[in-house]
Amino acid sequence: MSTTTAVQADTPISYLNATTGWKSWLFTTDHKRIAILYLISITAFFALGGIFATLMRLELTTPQGDLFTSDTYNKLFTMHGIVMVFFFLIPSIPATLGNFLIPMMVGARDLAFPRVNLLSWYLYIFGGVFALMSIVMGGVDTGWTFYTPYSSTYSNSFVMLALVGVFIAGFSSILTGLNFIVTVHKMRAPGMTWGRLPLFVWSMYATSLIQVLGTPVVAITLALVGLERLFHVGIFDPAIGGDPILFQHMFWFYSHPAVYIMILPGMGVISEVVACYSRKRPFGYSFIAGSSLAIAVLGFLVWGHHMFVTGQSMYASMVFSILSFLVAVPSAIKVFNWTATMYKGSVAYNTPMLYAFGFIGLFTIGGLTGLMLATLAVDVHVTDTYFVVAHFHYVMVGGMVFAYLGGLHFWWPKITGRMYPEAWARFAALVTFVGFNLTFGPQFLLGYLGMPRRYHAYSPEFQPLNVLSSAGASILAVGYAIPFIYLLWSLRYGEKAGANPWGAKGLEWEAASPPPTFNFDHTPLVTEEAYEYAPEKEVHVG
Amino acid sequence: MPEFHLLPPAAAVSATGYDLLWWYEVAVALIMTVVIFAGVFFFAIRYRRRSESYVPRPIEGSKLLEITWSVIPFLVMLTFFFWGAALYFRNQSAPPDAMNVYVVAKQWMWKVQYPNGVREINELHVPVGQPVKLTMASEDVIHSFFVPAFRLKRDVVPGRYNDMWFTPTRPGRYHLFCAEYCGTEHSGMVGWVTVMEKKDFENWLVSGGAEGSMASQGQKIFQQLGCSTCHLFDEQGRCPNLRGLYGSRVLLNDGRTVVADEAYIRESVLDPNAKIVAGFQKDIMPTFQGQLNEEEILEVTEYIKSLASQHGGMFTSEQTGPTEGGGRGGSIANAGQGTLDTHGTSMTNQPPRAEANAQAQDANQPGAAKPAAPGGKK
Repeated sequence: MSTTTAVQADTPISYLNATTGWKSWLFTTDHKRIAILYLISITAFFALGGIFATLMRLELTTPQGDLFTSDTYNKLFTMHGIVMVFFFLIPSIPATLGNFLIPMMVGARDLAFPRVNLLSWYLYIFGGVFALMSIVMGGVDTGWTFYTPYSSTYSNSFVMLALVGVFIAGFSSILTGLNFIVTVHKMRAPGMTWGRLPLFVWSMYATSLIQVLGTPVVAITLALVGLERLFHVGIFDPAIGGDPILFQHMFWFYSHPAVYIMILPGMGVISEVVACYSRKRPFGYSFIAGSSLAIAVLGFLVWGHHMFVTGQSMYASMVFSILSFLVAVPSAIKVFNWTATMYKGSVAYNTPMLYAFGFIGLFTIGGLTGLMLATLAVDVHVTDTYFVVAHFHYVMVGGMVFAYLGGLHFWWPKITGRMYPEAWARFAALVTFVGFNLTFGPQFLLGYLGMPRRYHAYSPEFQPLNVLSSAGASILAVGYAIPFIYLLWSLRYGEKAGANPWGAKGLEWEAASPPPTFNFDHTPLVTEEAYEYAPEKEVHVG
Repeated sequence: MPEFHLLPPAAAVSATGYDLLWWYEVAVALIMTVVIFAGVFFFAIRYRRRSESYVPRPIEGSKLLEITWSVIPFLVMLTFFFWGAALYFRNQSAPPDAMNVYVVAKQWMWKVQYPNGVREINELHVPVGQPVKLTMASEDVIHSFFVPAFRLKRDVVPGRYNDMWFTPTRPGRYHLFCAEYCGTEHSGMVGWVTVMEKKDFENWLVSGGAEGSMASQGQKIFQQLGCSTCHLFDEQGRCPNLRGLYGSRVLLNDGRTVVADEAYIRESVLDPNAKIVAGFQKDIMPTFQGQLNEEEILEVTEYIKSLASQHGGMFTSEQTGPTEGGGRGGSIANAGQGTLDTHGTSMTNQPPRAEANAQAQDANQPGAAKPAAPGGKK
């Protein structure tokens, strides 16, 4: 492992030790400290969501619903979805790595609105408290999609608490997006032109657009569900004059773009990681950057592909189908460009790069199965089956979680000033990859065979594949536990990291590890393109 | 350990063309996955880092390559789109000779009723080789009627009729699942579709149905609720004559015309003021919301359907094809036709009094439903 450590004083002043005491953390406006607050909170929610998933996989090892009651099982998958989507995936990379890195990458001291940034975290926690309350008081059983009229009229669970929790957390997401957009527009260091922005910043910018434009729609939708539930205003329940399909239009108008809120930041991480460990400027920089924006725009036009079997007009379905194919093109462009970046590169196999390999492969599978779902006739058979479950876990876990873990390892030295143990980390990445595929691969087959999702008990012929899936889940759990342990360990015992342990390009690597409170001693002056590992004229051949 | 299969059984016409498309897409997906994995591993190994000080020459990119790997995949996707859309299209409109069966979903069971009055729960019996059309309603939340062996699924949405149709090809017993999460016993809302030889089916069908046909049940409701006091079967009633109504085009007092299909009848029972027939008053008929459940409404509908063959109606009885958008979602592809019940199924072609008026209205209404050939499909 190469470290280019500049000689430093024993304990240099950094954002971590500049001030002390719990107040200095809970009232901080430092984007890096807020990133740490988020890191701790989303890790807790991830663990909680993971426990729910573990219990579900345990139940599904046998066809009979013998471990839990049906109500408990329904609450488990609902809470797994709500916690993972709204309290882990959506904030995951933006609120941690995005918060930490965007100001540093554009050469700024902080985000544009540091206090608003702190407010976002408090809103997130406040929303999380409501979600936790709904769990503690007895749970919610509507599914994370809150489909009406079940959620608005029929469910006897703690729907209101969960709705309020998601509603509040939504504002955290909006404010974070707003902060990032303004920061990218107004806070770039001299010389940091749009064409020189790191690809991570481009992808976060595209993500922020979706957060700001889409989240208010889901907030309104959930508020309307609450209104109907509390005051019987007929909006979605046909028994009182509403239309249940209206809910699906409004919900997916946000929640499909939300899928891109979850995956675009991961794509940004992969662009950085692949460039660094190939020691090369990404192939087709402008196409990768442009495809992020294309995804953000097209992502708003495909919501109806969730509704091919609801009875929506078949002409509408055809339009949504072809647009769904179109939105796959920019994703394909990214995959090809990442692969091409390694061509004639100098590829190192550090842990973040292993996660990037995993991401490219698994995201490809997630994307291709998405094309199958965009095909009208195929969707009719496999929608609402385990095929869909497998598809979106390949994108959300194989894609986003892999990118998140890759990014966390990549910037861990920058964030903490310590190296993680490389051998353990590589081992964990491998375990995660194997466990993941074993968990979700069989679910594609289950779905095509016809096993519907959200089934507490199932027909016995589905058992072998379910046992395989549950076995994989136990391996996956180990894959998640190992990094949790060694990353904590590294905080104290990890090798001290230099400013730029990977020899990476980008302003964040010019600051010390961990960075001082205001990131840079002087405002950086950017004079070169992004990822200028080797200027065209001087090619070093070692 | 049960037998292991990669595919569910295929037991309907809708399933046979389907698996070919499926395998085509699986093949494309596998090839692309292999290409990407191979590319990643080849480059990663071939260009592995051999020296810490070596910095490779940058490559800016290639517009030609970018266009190639955007356009070619999209062309392949277009084949997915057209093939998938063609099969989807095929499954939209039932043929005119389809047999009608009614399905009412409620937490947590499937209630099936045949026009002759036979009822089943969590079971559906259908004959081989006969197109079957299900008209589906929900009493409570959204459910979804899913038969993997037919590769078909359709949500059953409260407040509207959704329908699906299929032609079974292989006798046997096949899974019926509820595919849309509907509450506590969602995973218990399962049943069986039994495909039978035609003869066996006919024997089975006549063995049940002690209560009388759906139409006769509907007639009882119609009289009990006093509908017949206003809906007289001549022109003297305060409400429209229902003879010859079903499947015809109705001129409304706001100038629109609608086709009197199942969805229209349901709406007129539950929300009578929504569409007032030309020449009649608002606020005469009370709503029957809350008094009739979905099964009873279907029985009344069957009764009104049975009146379609009786002459003397005031409506145009021209058989129409499906309208654009399908109104509230109910397809009317085989409106009024092809039921297995005992009453006549042929539609009258009696020149109706209001026809000229209705057609004149049509000409002024570009968006209005246009008459199509009998039983015409899109």
